[in-house]
Amino acid sequence: MRRAVAHNTALPPLPQQELPSSLTRSRVWAAWGFAVPTLLVLILIAGWPLARTIWFSFTDADLNNLDDYKFIGLENYLVKYDDEWLGLLTDPDWWRSVWNTVWFALVSVSIETLLGMVVALTLNVSFAGRGIVRAIILIPWAIPTVVSAKMWNWMLHDQFGVINDMLQGVGLIATPITWTANPDTALWSVVMVDVWKTTPFMALLILTALQMLPQDIYEAARVDGVHPVRVFFRVTLPLIRPALLVAVIFRGLDALRVFDLIYVLTANSRDTMSMSVYARQQLVDFQDVGVGSAASTLIFLIIALAVIVTIAVGRVRLSEDA
Amino acid sequence: MTRHLTSLAFLAGLAATANAHAVEVSISCSALGQEYEICKQGVDAWAKQSGNTVKIVSTPNSATERLALYQQLLAAQASDIDVFQIDVVWSGILSQHFHDLNAKARGVIDQHFPTMIQTSQVKGKLVAMPWFADAGLLYYRTDLLQKHNRRVPQTWAELTDTARIVQDAERQGGNRDFWGYVWQGRAYEGLTCNSLEWVSSRNGGTIIDDSGDITIDNPKAADALKMAAGWVGTITPEGVLNYTEEESRGIFQAGSAVFMRNWPYAWALAQGPDSVIKNKVGIVALPKGEANGRNAGTLGGQLLAVSRYSKNVDAASDLVMYLTSQEEQKRRAIAGSFNPTIPALFKDAEIIKSNPFMGDLLSVFSNAVARPAAVSGDNYNRVSTEFFNTVHQVLSKRAEPEQALSRLDRDLKRIKRSGWQ
Repeated sequence: MRRAVAHNTALPPLPQQELPSSLTRSRVWAAWGFAVPTLLVLILIAGWPLARTIWFSFTDADLNNLDDYKFIGLENYLVKYDDEWLGLLTDPDWWRSVWNTVWFALVSVSIETLLGMVVALTLNVSFAGRGIVRAIILIPWAIPTVVSAKMWNWMLHDQFGVINDMLQGVGLIATPITWTANPDTALWSVVMVDVWKTTPFMALLILTALQMLPQDIYEAARVDGVHPVRVFFRVTLPLIRPALLVAVIFRGLDALRVFDLIYVLTANSRDTMSMSVYARQQLVDFQDVGVGSAASTLIFLIIALAVIVTIAVGRVRLSEDA
Repeated sequence: MTRHLTSLAFLAGLAATANAHAVEVSISCSALGQEYEICKQGVDAWAKQSGNTVKIVSTPNSATERLALYQQLLAAQASDIDVFQIDVVWSGILSQHFHDLNAKARGVIDQHFPTMIQTSQVKGKLVAMPWFADAGLLYYRTDLLQKHNRRVPQTWAELTDTARIVQDAERQGGNRDFWGYVWQGRAYEGLTCNSLEWVSSRNGGTIIDDSGDITIDNPKAADALKMAAGWVGTITPEGVLNYTEEESRGIFQAGSAVFMRNWPYAWALAQGPDSVIKNKVGIVALPKGEANGRNAGTLGGQLLAVSRYSKNVDAASDLVMYLTSQEEQKRRAIAGSFNPTIPALFKDAEIIKSNPFMGDLLSVFSNAVARPAAVSGDNYNRVSTEFFNTVHQVLSKRAEPEQALSRLDRDLKRIKRSGWQ
């Protein structure tokens, strides 16, 4: 990141180091004028709640009485009590939910990216009825998550579910699988539903990038007789990488704060609990605003870290290509 | 100055007379199914009699969502709702926000079931009045027990045997998806209710006793969990680990199980006109854990509480006393099959005429076990969550009962470290 910045500033040599002209100054003022309302709204709707949550994480606030709390420092995170370390950072349930979330994000986003790519490449080829197919493929994305989660819950039901019925019908399994109840398959079921729902989103973003690629490169490749697979890895993939990166960051962020899908499919079960489900349980079920806010603060830090790492890795590679 | 004071006094007088004449009281009552209609009839009758008006506020159907909403309203000291309909396990969590009803209820509170009174009291303060009761029941198929020549089980061991015999015979008869016993095993409050029944039916205590000591780490509780873990995959489908009330009712009402544990609401549905098991169902108290054990159904139900932040505490308390009175509970039992919290009503001829099964429920409610909600106060949800998660691990065979319970004991002590509040 720093390298890219240094590279940019080195390029245009500044003409003079004197005071900016009146035109520049009025432009700067105008720019601030346009930016201030947005900044104000951002501070109000994002900055203030975030600051309040971080503040609450250092207090012993209780949902029952939010006015009466005191500052307790880092006790919600880590405290030594009677020779025993307590607090969020020592809670195995919290670390389990972190691991669940990270695993879920990695697996689901990887599968969605691969499948999304396949779908996008297919839809990029012109064939009869392409417009209709493109519209149809977006349906899972258009259904609200809670609705699709409820729907899948019934489809995955061990006794009445259509999935077990179909698998038994073709003879793949002898006894029904308890998809959402068995700890071994529960998280995979969540991944499966998430893939079903968000692959269209991935495909749409990749398809947009594909449509903007210049056709002459492909014609040149065809004239030179380059194998299509080689064309894909040498031409298509590098060209759509910026768009792909944006799509992966979007989905990654979404996956790290996953709540509704897991809450509807498996409720507060420890085996599948995500970080957001954990924070909600502390905040609402246990009325512990202090620990809940501490968990929310850590979620914020973890997601911020994930974004920084992804962007940094992406930038470095891009500048290497250049 | 004096003029100001007189006008102020005049205004206050005006307000006071207005108060004495008629006020508007708002009540949150559940709107599930016919509950709204029957609640409305009750409050309308009181409004007519007292000359006040009543507004019914709709609240979410899901219990957890409703508790979260209540907490937000009460934490903000909002006076929007005067009378709250609360679950029996919320009295400890919300007690500090409610008005003490002891004075109003003097003389009538003793009519109610002792366990119901116990859950309405927190440290001597009567935070709510019992409105209607619920308890875990055993549903069984009368036709199948007769066909396979088995009696209604008295102990869990007998239930296990009968369930297996009927299940094997029915499966051989061609009903491949038939099961012996369905219940609620999802990691949620319902599992706490189910497992509390297994434990206390063997005299294994109620997780925390009345004095606040943690009692769950005992051999009887371990036996109870071992028994239940043995059901999963044999007489109970493995999917029970994610079942709530409606999933288990789905199987039972489709005719695919001989026994079911559920709340009284399932009775009316099982006897509904489109039910395939109509007139083939019986209900009875849940079995005893062992010969000298007890029939223990977990106590549920709803209470009515008056908000401390209400502007009309007096009128609101009157409304609560009216709605929980013997006459109104009788009307609700006849009109909506709500189980009264007053034992005398279970012998009422008119109620038994419209709900023949209610006569049998008196012993179930008298023996019902209360969850340790009042004693654990603010921490009840935490205690319950630790408990059902431990049980869930044992049921899915990822932990041995003895070790799981001693770990639970340690975790509960950790929650208790500063004492129950």
